[in-house]
Amino acid sequence: MVQQQPQILRPETLVEEFKKNGVTHIVTIPDSETNYLYELMLEQDWLDVVPVSREGETMGVALGLNVAGKVPVCLIQNTGMMESGDSIRGMALDAGFPLVMVIGYRGWTRWGKTPDTAATYTEPFLHAFRINYYLVEHDEDGERISEAFDEARRTMRPVVVLVGDEYHGFNR
Amino acid sequence: MLDPIDVFNTFKPHRGNAIVTTQGTAGRHWQDISDQPSRDIALGGAMGHTTSAAFGLALGLPEEKIVLFDAEGSLLMNLGVIASIAGKQPKNFVHFVLDNECYATTGGQPVPNATEIDYATMAKGAGYAAAYNFDDLEEFATSIEDIMSEDGPVMVAIKVQPEIQNLPIGLRERRVTRSRAETINDLRAELGIGA
Repeated sequence: MVQQQPQILRPETLVEEFKKNGVTHIVTIPDSETNYLYELMLEQDWLDVVPVSREGETMGVALGLNVAGKVPVCLIQNTGMMESGDSIRGMALDAGFPLVMVIGYRGWTRWGKTPDTAATYTEPFLHAFRINYYLVEHDEDGERISEAFDEARRTMRPVVVLVGDEYHGFNR
Repeated sequence: MLDPIDVFNTFKPHRGNAIVTTQGTAGRHWQDISDQPSRDIALGGAMGHTTSAAFGLALGLPEEKIVLFDAEGSLLMNLGVIASIAGKQPKNFVHFVLDNECYATTGGQPVPNATEIDYATMAKGAGYAAAYNFDDLEEFATSIEDIMSEDGPVMVAIKVQPEIQNLPIGLRERRVTRSRAETINDLRAELGIGA
């Protein structure tokens, strides 16, 4: 029996999509699964990484950057997204500007049950806020990231990219 | 404690072309005093996050001076933002905090540890380039010119008189003359930024 190499989502795929879509700033709180992505973003001279102290800050910072004509992305984990509810409402949804939020899908699994309530409540949270989302699990899904940018620009609303590859490609 | 109207009138001659955003009860007076409304912008929408939005604006417009008149109750809801601001060291950012020691808009209940908090010390400890406390109009008036010419981020915490509101929201005088979206569009037109 041949064991298949698991498909992975490389951090380079996200960075390439950011560049393709004219992203200028990543407003973020790093998490334990995305350290290599963080390092890779810091190496890009066309990209400014803005670390913040709490996830709810990211939407406000993104609004200010958007007013200035920049193209920000919020990069946080699902736990922080849930903590950011009022900021998502007041600084993103009500402000009516195109915003892609890349959300680490902690606890996501395609097989069996997840014991992690962070995953249990992620999609119901997005449904409650009426925010559309795209699940990205491996490199072949990369085009969905551009779809998310297209939708955000078309609808002038936040759109989420759920990164469902927590344990593979994001660490060295 | 200073009258917030006196604070704004003292600041106004030193504004230059700075982009100004305000929030909180005291901040509402600025729209009656400013003579450059196309450079005034409303960034509120979720309490505590005007600070983050002003920070983002400062990062996005490094050639413009960005002035935020924050409120202490709002800042306390998002206090980690001072570390975020200090981490990026925006030289063009002046962060006033109008500290009336209470939630004036909900009836004047004190903010936690209202009379003892030293916001300037917290900002300096977080890594702001400079930070000041004022509780005297004359001292503020003699310092503001130098403060506005300093490299940021600078925090200027000022004790101001509370203007406590007890009427139900629906019965209060409506003072907002332009929506957030209108102020954003006006500023972008002023700066030649496409949507």
